[in-house]
Amino acid sequence: MLLIRRFEERTEEQYTRARIGGYCHLAIGEEAANVGSIDPMEPGDYVLASYRDHGTALAVGSEPHRVMAELFGKATGVAGGYGGSMHLLDVERHFLGGWGIVGGQLPIAVGVALALDYESKPNAVLCQLGEGATNIGAFHESLNLAAIWNLPIVFQVINNRYGMGTSVEMASAEPEQWKRAAAYRMHGERVDGNDLLAVREAADRLLRRARDERRPALLETTTYRFRGHSVADAGKVYRAPEEVAEAKKHDPIDRFVAQMGIDAETVARLRSEVNAEIDAAIRQAAADPAPDPAGLYDNVYGDANWREQFSRMERGGPFGEREGTRAWRA
Amino acid sequence: MAGVTYREALRRALDEELARDDKVFLMGEEIGRFEGSYKVTAGLYAKYGPRRVRETPIAEEGFVGAGVGAAMLGLRPVVEIMTINFILVAMDMVVNHAAKVRQMFGGKVGVPLVIRTPAGAGAQLTAQHSQSLEVMFAHTPGLKVVAPSTPLDAYGLLKSAIRDDDPVLFVENLVLYNVNGALPEPGDDFTVPIGRAQVVREGRDLTIVAHSYTVRRALTVADRLSQHDIEVEVVDLRSLRPLDAETVIESVKKTSRALVAEEGWATYGVGAELAARISRECFDDLDAPVERVGGAEAPMPYSKPLELAALTLEDKIEKAARGLLADCGLLAEA
Repeated sequence: MLLIRRFEERTEEQYTRARIGGYCHLAIGEEAANVGSIDPMEPGDYVLASYRDHGTALAVGSEPHRVMAELFGKATGVAGGYGGSMHLLDVERHFLGGWGIVGGQLPIAVGVALALDYESKPNAVLCQLGEGATNIGAFHESLNLAAIWNLPIVFQVINNRYGMGTSVEMASAEPEQWKRAAAYRMHGERVDGNDLLAVREAADRLLRRARDERRPALLETTTYRFRGHSVADAGKVYRAPEEVAEAKKHDPIDRFVAQMGIDAETVARLRSEVNAEIDAAIRQAAADPAPDPAGLYDNVYGDANWREQFSRMERGGPFGEREGTRAWRA
Repeated sequence: MAGVTYREALRRALDEELARDDKVFLMGEEIGRFEGSYKVTAGLYAKYGPRRVRETPIAEEGFVGAGVGAAMLGLRPVVEIMTINFILVAMDMVVNHAAKVRQMFGGKVGVPLVIRTPAGAGAQLTAQHSQSLEVMFAHTPGLKVVAPSTPLDAYGLLKSAIRDDDPVLFVENLVLYNVNGALPEPGDDFTVPIGRAQVVREGRDLTIVAHSYTVRRALTVADRLSQHDIEVEVVDLRSLRPLDAETVIESVKKTSRALVAEEGWATYGVGAELAARISRECFDDLDAPVERVGGAEAPMPYSKPLELAALTLEDKIEKAARGLLADCGLLAEA
């Protein structure tokens, strides 16, 4: 959690220094929801996330340097600089992506669970989403498919109370997201998403149930984002200062420290280690090479025959990249 | 080489690929016990069971997305969309997701997914069930789009699409399902490569380029014009993305005249794309501007006379061809 917190604070700073472009959504305040659900994952389980995915990447164990390099658009980034903040992934650690369209990862996560079931793998999928995604059609289609097909998947609604600037009460006829599972005869429950131990207990139990009994579930983890929707949003016009201040009293890191009785010295030492690790990650990412523009088309397709397939599409093409004179001028 | 229908050719390709590779499975509405809205999957549920032939509820966005996810784990889903019109509710999964995955994730993961769906019109199915929307997908990098016109190509291209490691939209045609043609003997492992057009009739005076059912109409027009000593070359594109511009350009260099016919709307269509390429590559060879013809640019009406007026029928293609030939002095009058 400390690592995610520090990484995000430095990410915000690096964004203001224009080392990071595009959209950038921070997970500050939501660390327990990320760590608590990912910690009980077993080898062979998969996780998918929304575009607020830095915390997910760090929680699965992706190297901070490679995550920061992706944010910097470097060739050494987790997606080679092709994805950026919203499209982190780590195939080796079974993190199948941050996805940029709200709720788009839900049907795909259902497909990942379907593949596990198809191949009789004893594993499960954790699908993270924000509460803003629960009003799209794909949410309902995905829960329905998971339920009728008995797929091993846990939908984790990370309810930070605002979809951009729209509150959950304004957006959802049923603001208690966990109740929505009932429409699909699916188990739903809500835990305090700022309580790492509570999230971990629930996620562990529901992932086990998904693995062992092939029963999907919806886990709502209530939390709060301390920052705006993205770094471009101060997060102030739609939230009262008192509300933000109150939420910060429930900081998941402070809470865990108190719960576990971790002494101040240990916390200070851990903070200092994390700070040094992120410092090094930033330094290394800044020094890393940018991707070569010659590779622009290398990953649009991946079939072994794709270049051969497209070889006859060049003539008369619109790419504006062709060398040589125009034949008709001759 | 026994004659079979286009429908049977597809069914046989699915059957053989299911038998060949356990990672291949079918998914779609009514494809199991109902045997498919157009019966393409007849008998496959009985033969392979619910694991390999997965029936879905009416939830195109959900099950196309599930196909993307399953493909990311290395399975080879073949998803049926009952008609191409319904793919619009899954557009986000096709264009924003399937097409983007490989590049967006730096080449770390791909999507070997096939989406089969019939386009086409002519059975009074009206505005919401008569569209040919394949150019929307052919416009999109990351996707491949094929649209065969014969049972043989349907069989061979479907096998290639299933074995391909990228997402392929496989466009069938409602009117083609009952068309007959030859297939290779079982066991030949015959495939048709993606991205290759075919000259299906040779000629010297005019090239007509088409895909899917319109190829058959173009061949009829070629027959009619041959009675006036006009020899039409017909190019069947077979693939729309990758587009085999090479075969089209070589043909037009030979004939000096080009007409592109399509069932969909011509504006921003296949003809628009080819006209740009032909004008660039064949500028000195052309005897006339490239002509194009497509469906009426109005929502498809119901009443038969109205529908006939809206379709890209043989008469409409012939009229365009005759006008072009008359302009060039090859016919006395259009």
